[in-house]
Amino acid sequence: MSLSGRLILDKVSFGLRAGEFTGLIGSNGAGKTTLLRVILGLQRPSSGRVLVLGAPRGRRNKSIGYVPQKIVLDPDMPLRARDVVALGIDGDRFGIPMPSKKRRQAVEEMLVAVDADSFADARVGTLSGGEQQRVLIAHALIGRPQLLLLDEPLANLDLKSGQEVVSLLARIADEQQIAVLLSAHEMNPLLPVMDRIIYLAGGRAASGTTDEVVRDEVLSALYGYEVHVHTLHGRILVVAGPMEEPALPSDTTRTAV
Amino acid sequence: MHWVFEPGFFSSSPVHVALITGAMVAVVCSIVGVFTVLRGQSFAGHSLADVATAGGSGSFLVGLNPLFGFIAGGVAGAGGMELIGVRRARGRDVATGIVLGASIGLAALFLYLDTTRSSTTGVSQQILFGSIFSTTTSTTLIVLIFGVSSLGIMAFVHRPLLLSSVSADIAAARGIPVRVVGLLYMLALAFAAGSSFLAIGAVLATALLIGPAAIALRLTKRIGIAMAMSCLIGVVAVILGVLLAYDSYYWSSSHASWPVSFFIVVIIFFSYLVTELPFIRAVTGRRTQDAENRAG
Repeated sequence: MSLSGRLILDKVSFGLRAGEFTGLIGSNGAGKTTLLRVILGLQRPSSGRVLVLGAPRGRRNKSIGYVPQKIVLDPDMPLRARDVVALGIDGDRFGIPMPSKKRRQAVEEMLVAVDADSFADARVGTLSGGEQQRVLIAHALIGRPQLLLLDEPLANLDLKSGQEVVSLLARIADEQQIAVLLSAHEMNPLLPVMDRIIYLAGGRAASGTTDEVVRDEVLSALYGYEVHVHTLHGRILVVAGPMEEPALPSDTTRTAV
Repeated sequence: MHWVFEPGFFSSSPVHVALITGAMVAVVCSIVGVFTVLRGQSFAGHSLADVATAGGSGSFLVGLNPLFGFIAGGVAGAGGMELIGVRRARGRDVATGIVLGASIGLAALFLYLDTTRSSTTGVSQQILFGSIFSTTTSTTLIVLIFGVSSLGIMAFVHRPLLLSSVSADIAAARGIPVRVVGLLYMLALAFAAGSSFLAIGAVLATALLIGPAAIALRLTKRIGIAMAMSCLIGVVAVILGVLLAYDSYYWSSSHASWPVSFFIVVIIFFSYLVTELPFIRAVTGRRTQDAENRAG
């Protein structure tokens, strides 16, 4: 995949499975958003292909739900949380909708499923980041996708809301047998729920279980220089440079990923 | 009733045409305007007016109904803005400014030529501030055709348009041709704005387009209700405006009617002010509810 002639990602290959929670981990600029956009069909790969459910990705693909990084809505915008969820059902259709009881009920159930029923009638623009995130997840899920893509959903959330969103997604992946792919620059909040990891660095990717991927030799090969993986109280720290050497600000870069 | 409806209000045929045309224009503008405000494109509406002024004054010069010029100018302006806007958000300000400046310059030339050729100063007044009392029935028919087209487009695209307004990326990922939807909407906007220019003039057109919608959106958080309220406010403002303008002939010492556009804009302006009152804000659940959410 290249953008404006610059190679962003090269030879990236992985599979996603139903009911599994996959973390797409990489620092800013590693190509997480680009990869998601390729899967969504918003960008074309310079070579290679994306298969969704064994078939090439079509233009109109209802099997993928997508939650973008951030939406910016005016607080006065007259759209209630439930309106945004309802757009998940038929927001892509032209013409005048028929009001339907079934539709309203589906929206109601979905709002409950993501714990958004308490603010269902509030204007979306007035909701907090975590609340908006849940509304967008409901919007994506109501179309009954088989694959759910989330671009940095934790980026604008405080730690507690982040945890809530992660456990909500893990529950949904399991209950509805959806493949969830979530991008983040920090893997630690995902460790308890992540079945598989795709680690992006240096324009390449490694994928597998956390134990298979987050290892000195695998990550060093990705980055193209020596990095070490430290585990501390169940948290993972990836540090660049030789292990024994003390941290020298002048020539040692510490990268916590 | 004599003091409200001055003599001849109900029997005057220009008044009838003005009321019917005005009400149609108000309905179309109010509905399209809801989406204009929702998408944060009030400025686009205003910009259309500038480009359309050139179109309207130009078409008068060649002897065409200014309405066609308004609409042609509006469509050209809408297309241009959508193209500039989609490509580079950064350069949009500068590009829009330069294009609008050029169209106003062109309008100045056309208006000058209009007044010298026809040796009446009424043309500028008509183009810039509307001519609803001199509307002919054939113009009313054209307004009807463009109005129905405009509403038809809105009925067709409103759901994808709404989704694109929430997030263009989500919309694109779901296979919505976001750009085409945006262009169709701008076309509907140009049709609505074109009729609005006719009613209250190119300079004030935005008031009728944005005003009722903005007021309605402050009072309700449901789009359907907002559209209905916006229509009601728009139609009432136009009817009141026509009535007051007609009556003003009898109030003013010089016996000259004040412009309809003045009254319409004043009514909309004061209605908007009312919705800004803290009491109204609290009732309609804006900001105040927001503050509660944060606290809880």
